[in-house]
Amino acid sequence: MKLSDVVSILNAEVICGQTRLEREVHAVFASDLMSDVLTIDSEKLLLVTGLVNIQTIRTSEMSDIKNIVLVRNKKASPEMIELAEENRMVIIQCSYSMFRACGLLFRHGVEPVY
Amino acid sequence: MRFEYNIEAGNFSKAGDASSSFKKILKQLNVDPQIIKRIVVSLYEGEVNIVAHANGGKAICEVDTNLVRIHLVDVGPGIPDINKAMQAGYSTASARVREMGFGAGMGLQNIKNNADILNIQSEVGVGTELEIIVNLPKAG
Ligand SMILES: Nc1ncnc2c1ncn2[C@@H]1O[C@H](COP(=O)(O)OP(=O)(O)OP(=O)(O)O)[C@@H](O)[C@H]1O
Ligand SMILES: [Mg+2]
Repeated sequence: MKLSDVVSILNAEVICGQTRLEREVHAVFASDLMSDVLTIDSEKLLLVTGLVNIQTIRTSEMSDIKNIVLVRNKKASPEMIELAEENRMVIIQCSYSMFRACGLLFRHGVEPVY
Repeated sequence: MRFEYNIEAGNFSKAGDASSSFKKILKQLNVDPQIIKRIVVSLYEGEVNIVAHANGGKAICEVDTNLVRIHLVDVGPGIPDINKAMQAGYSTASARVREMGFGAGMGLQNIKNNADILNIQSEVGVGTELEIIVNLPKAG
């Protein structure tokens, strides 16, 4: 699935990486636990998270995760967006809950990691 | 080549700066991305542990032709029972650390899984030292 599809399925807003929405994602991992995210080894991953702070972006940087959905209208800080931009990431912000966002993506055929 | 980074206790806005800088260096050296990930995830786990649990410290990263060696040295409080600390799920992280998305008790195990060698030494009241080694395959 393309990130642009993710944006329309989640009725979401792109706050970083508007020009990179052609990118494909093959799997989704959803967690608020950065310790858990750091154990994932998966290509073309989309991270869905409700944890919104600079460590969300740092953890993604270390884990080579380039695509992030922030749920429940949580707003990324300018510092987060700057770091994300530096790493050519895409950040998508939606108002849906974690459950709803994941449910919709699953229904549209995106694979889980486990 | 040897690179040294200071790690401040409790400063979560800077946690990851060392790992990020070292990652850039490894990229410039054309290290395989899969191996870079194993190295920087290990370093980052260790760095966050110093920010979260210790009174500050440093990371010393050495790049050799066939391996990367990382020393994470902090100035206390030390780990009373290393076996227990290594157990998945064991954590003494504060509420503040948990708010930052850490404190699941998975970090040391994750370092062990990513590193070729992990040595931990710790003395209560003195400090903790981690040695992390990741082998680099021969070029070509
Ligand atoms: N540098 C350190 N100094 C003092 N104690 C430490 C240090 N590193 C780890 N510990 C102790 O070992 C425990 C386990 O560490 P580990 O990294 O596995 O989990 P965590 O940091 O609690 O959570 P996570 O890494 O999953 O976010 C910590 O909760 C802490 O009690
Ligand atoms: Mg840890």
